Amino acid sequence: MTRFALSSSPDTASGRRRRATIRATDLALLAGVAALVACAGPQSALDPAGRGAERIAELFWWMTAGTVVVWAAVMALAFYVSTRRREPGPRAPGVLIVGGGVVLPVLVLTALLIWGLALLPSLLAGVDAEPTLFVTGRQFWWEVVYRTSDGRVVPLANELRLPVGRPAVLQLDSHDVIHSLWIPALAGKVDMIPGRVTRLTLEPSRTGVFRGLCAEYCGLSHAHMAFVVAVTEEHEFAEWLAHQAEPASAPASPLAARGQELLLAHGCGACHTIRGTLADGDVGPDLTHVGGRLSIAAGTLSSDPRAFQRWIEAPEQVKPGVHMPAFAMLPQADREALAAYLEGLK
Amino acid sequence: MTDESRPPRENLWLLTAAPFIWLAHLLLSYITGAVWCAKIAGRGGSLGAARAAIAVYTLLALAGLALVGWRAMRRRRPVEPGPAREYDAPGDRDRFLGRTTLLLTGLSALAVVYAALVALFIRSCR
Repeated sequence: MTRFALSSSPDTASGRRRRATIRATDLALLAGVAALVACAGPQSALDPAGRGAERIAELFWWMTAGTVVVWAAVMALAFYVSTRRREPGPRAPGVLIVGGGVVLPVLVLTALLIWGLALLPSLLAGVDAEPTLFVTGRQFWWEVVYRTSDGRVVPLANELRLPVGRPAVLQLDSHDVIHSLWIPALAGKVDMIPGRVTRLTLEPSRTGVFRGLCAEYCGLSHAHMAFVVAVTEEHEFAEWLAHQAEPASAPASPLAARGQELLLAHGCGACHTIRGTLADGDVGPDLTHVGGRLSIAAGTLSSDPRAFQRWIEAPEQVKPGVHMPAFAMLPQADREALAAYLEGLK
Repeated sequence: MTDESRPPRENLWLLTAAPFIWLAHLLLSYITGAVWCAKIAGRGGSLGAARAAIAVYTLLALAGLALVGWRAMRRRRPVEPGPAREYDAPGDRDRFLGRTTLLLTGLSALAVVYAALVALFIRSCR
């Protein structure tokens, strides 16, 4: 402020105004850039990568523009009222109340309603997509099953892979409480309700790795119930699905082989399935190709050996309320072997 | 001048007519849609006949609202000129009820149209 308060001559005053304007524009630019940066990322509805999200983002921006117009109009009116000189005519209040309180809201709301309703059919459109995807919400992870038309059933967990540019229909269900599946970058959210199948159509428009999450409070670790969505080219998707359909690979090292023995001996197979081994439980996630996933513990940890160890030692610390018991009583060497085996299940 | 000679009928029933028509339209539309999808068309089926039924309900509701609105209009006679007063004579109250009824009719008509718009855009039970 001090550098502006030097003189009151007209020249300096205009210069001061100019400088002040530049400063204001700079600030606005900075704020704009900061806001845009906040809008990008793997979990942003304003950085859409799918048809549904594109429509929703479009609607959001129009509504934002609308609210700016309404705000500006109200400010202009307030300014006008505080500066006008003459008294309004007797009909002015009536015109303002009927115009601003009835006609304008009815027009705006009708336009928004028609827009929203016109959007719905395209977002709900059911198409016969291949493969069919079933996603079941469970406390606090996602059971994913791909069914292909040639009869292959591929059970997975906590990760979705989709081919780009082609619609995929997800059939959603829940095993325990109400969850909600939301991939902000791809589409709107749909609830997962026990005993009822809901549907969600995803149509990714570009490749990338995105984050999905549970959008309905479902218990202690609701905030840790996430998953990774990888959108890839069609041929990569086909290769990936073919690989996922295969049974688990054999342990590649003596350490991993020891890990496999330990896994079966300690009863991990009572809850987890590793296709191709004796482990065939269906309480926890399928671990057949768990080492090849982009994350473990439902989007909470990366899939490196240290993360596997941490999870085996103290799952409750990573995800409060988790159903998996801790295996901290195992010797360190055994935990390392288990982690090496799991991480090797590519 | 027949209106002037007849004593105003001071009752509230006409006031409730418009919201009642709105309520009936909404309930009938929802029940028809729900029963059609649950018992006849099935999941993913076409709304077909249910949409036609909702169109009929809407026309009936709007006709009923027009009738209510017309009767409310007739109760809005111009204010009788005279010395300043409290505006609580039976005629004044009748005029107030007429005005309120007319406004409620407008609101109900808008609500009926909004409910019907859903059936205009949504074509399947899914």
